[in-house]
Amino acid sequence: MKLKDTVHFEWYKHLLIVFLLAVCIFGSAVVTDADFSEVFSNLDQVGIFLGRLMHPDFSYLPKLLDPMAKTLKMSVVGTVLGVIVAVPVAFLGTTVVTRNLVVTTVMRFIMDIVRTIPNLLLAALLVAVIGIGEATGVLTIAIFTFGMVSQLIYETIETIDYGPIEAAESVGANKVQIAFWSIAPQVLSQIVSYTFYAFEVNVRASTVLGYVGAGGIGVILNSSLALLQYERVSLVILMILVVVAIVDGLSEAIRRRLV
Amino acid sequence: MMRQAGSFRRLAIGLVAAAVIVYCIAGIDFSGLAGFSPEMGMEVIRGLMKPRWSFVYDGSGEDLLSLLVLTLGIAFLGTAIATVLALPITLLSASNLWKSYPWVAKIGKFICNVLRAFPELVYAIIFVKVVGPGPFAGVMAIGVHQIGMLGKLYTEELEAMGEDSAEAMRAVGAGFWQTLFFARVPQLMPIYSSLSLNHFEIAVRSASTLGLVGAGGIGAPLIFAIQSRNWDKVSIILLGVVVMVFVMDLLTGMIRKKLR
Amino acid sequence: MIKFEHVSKVYPNGTRGLDDVDLTITDGEFVSVIGLSGAGKSTFLRSINRLNEISEGNIVVDGVSITKAGKKQLREIRRHIGLISQSFNLVKRSTVQKNVLSGRLGYYSTWKSIFGLFTKEDYERTKQALESVGLLDKLHSRSDELSGGQQQRVSIARTLVQQADIILADEPVASLDPITSQKILQDLRKINQEMGKTVIVNIHSVEMAKAFSDRILAFKSGKVVFDGTPKQLDETELARIYGKNPAMNQDQDASEDDGEESR
Repeated sequence: MKLKDTVHFEWYKHLLIVFLLAVCIFGSAVVTDADFSEVFSNLDQVGIFLGRLMHPDFSYLPKLLDPMAKTLKMSVVGTVLGVIVAVPVAFLGTTVVTRNLVVTTVMRFIMDIVRTIPNLLLAALLVAVIGIGEATGVLTIAIFTFGMVSQLIYETIETIDYGPIEAAESVGANKVQIAFWSIAPQVLSQIVSYTFYAFEVNVRASTVLGYVGAGGIGVILNSSLALLQYERVSLVILMILVVVAIVDGLSEAIRRRLV
Repeated sequence: MMRQAGSFRRLAIGLVAAAVIVYCIAGIDFSGLAGFSPEMGMEVIRGLMKPRWSFVYDGSGEDLLSLLVLTLGIAFLGTAIATVLALPITLLSASNLWKSYPWVAKIGKFICNVLRAFPELVYAIIFVKVVGPGPFAGVMAIGVHQIGMLGKLYTEELEAMGEDSAEAMRAVGAGFWQTLFFARVPQLMPIYSSLSLNHFEIAVRSASTLGLVGAGGIGAPLIFAIQSRNWDKVSIILLGVVVMVFVMDLLTGMIRKKLR
Repeated sequence: MIKFEHVSKVYPNGTRGLDDVDLTITDGEFVSVIGLSGAGKSTFLRSINRLNEISEGNIVVDGVSITKAGKKQLREIRRHIGLISQSFNLVKRSTVQKNVLSGRLGYYSTWKSIFGLFTKEDYERTKQALESVGLLDKLHSRSDELSGGQQQRVSIARTLVQQADIILADEPVASLDPITSQKILQDLRKINQEMGKTVIVNIHSVEMAKAFSDRILAFKSGKVVFDGTPKQLDETELARIYGKNPAMNQDQDASEDDGEESR
């Protein structure tokens, strides 16, 4: 019996994939100096760290409420700003709306580029340019939201039902009218849903933005870590977890009602 | 009447949303913006306009190309570790595999949630302490964080898949592992690969930021360059990161299309 | 031989899936099971290989009680019972060959099957089975590339390599067009007559049940209300089974078929 008659008839394909993966993993391990024995030999370090984390300093809690609220406010404003800018760009980026290859290409290029910059790097850059402060954080979140949401809206518009657009065209509607009367109603609930999703992601992200000086709870996280006050670090992390969980739950509940 | 009630509700929701937004805007300290001066902005833009091309490759191992390769390595190994370790957790937390013992699946899901809850940066800080500063700390941070992420997504896919092919396997007398490998694995393999690829893309982005806390990659030199206002160097590094992320997204997109 | 000894099944929500079913199906019979949606057809069929657990009574397959069988014994009994269903139950991303071969899984150890170490005989059996359903040229095709009728034939081929003595077909033609449905039932009839296998089919169409079977069972709220030859099934009997208007039963919507029962 030959191999090509069996279930392994495509063995060379599978072998090639396994080989490529092995090369990549081995290569990555070499360039990153991976040494897993180190993890196990230093497990006691993890233990000590976790041990100290286990005893959060709850007396510090009142001082955290204000920065946490700041973080939430920054996320709200940043998300709203980002979505406001993202909607028109996404609309212009779709061929359905513009019918102009140059405009769509430029818009999509902007969307793609903004999406590729990691948010922490963006924050670091803006801090250097604008200076330390909450406004920088808001701006970072706004740009980050723009990248995320514009892509999502764009994809939604590309997959909508074309019937109403043709109907509007046949009665002589112009492009702006089509965008408002035929496309917007179809994607509105999606946009609101994406906004809440982005808000969720932003709350997670903004908790660490302070690490580079962009305001909010991350500033406390950074200073407590620098001063080796793990009891406080632990409280900050706990607080972030609780807030993120609440925001996740709330926004999921709202999104489920919408869709 | 119904319509009016609906539009009233809408108006109320809109008002509440507007109130929340205004309250939030009022609560933010915008004074930081005052420190911004147009000359400074121009200086930055001028610097960013002329990337320092000599930094791309100089053979020292500290140049842009080697750092980008290192960043990719961190992301890849981290995602690979996460993928391998997420599989057993998935088996543990999929409720359709534990019909008679639902509590097992709850434990598995709880593990995923806990792992997922910490921001990657916090893992990076922990692992810098454990294995010392360097790229390997970044690998571990990404790996551990993504176990939770992938575990959750894998579980969702496994629970969502139809039970009919698995039932057919059980009907011919196949055991648990046979059912798993003959009915579930072939069906889930493309989705799982796609999810892992997607998380590799995410990991490439995080790997370029983890350098902030000493966990290797392109992040550390970038931060130094920003802090010392070496805008030409910042420019070339940012360019490098953007190109790298862009190319990686294209590549993974192509692979993902093939998986279908 | 399949023996139902006073079998009842009560679902957790209180509905009676089966109500004191007591009958015997002899080897080589072609039995059609008819009745309204939710009457217990699916529960009846799936209790034979214990995909559904029963609450009372005993089911004996070839002299062994499947109700009381342990894990290993259950596996052995199931090897002899093939299952074909409305949704074909193929692994859509696997090749036709792998799907058919999976009928042999009950005969292999876990390790051998995971690495795909099947014997030469089983590869031969696969080819023969595919040949007998006319799909040998699709050996290496992916199952989701086939049409509905072809997919159903692959699942028939799977029961053939399984060398099952009993074939259970749960609405095998409910999602196929009338002409393909005829062909699939002809295939099953052929297998029944030429290989002497017992075939039990759940079916909505009374016409087809009459045309192909030796014996017809009718269910109503979990009870067997008719058990006889196709000839005995006349208008009055049909009225008793389906209620007042027997003409209505032909176009029962298959999609809302015993859904909650089969879970």
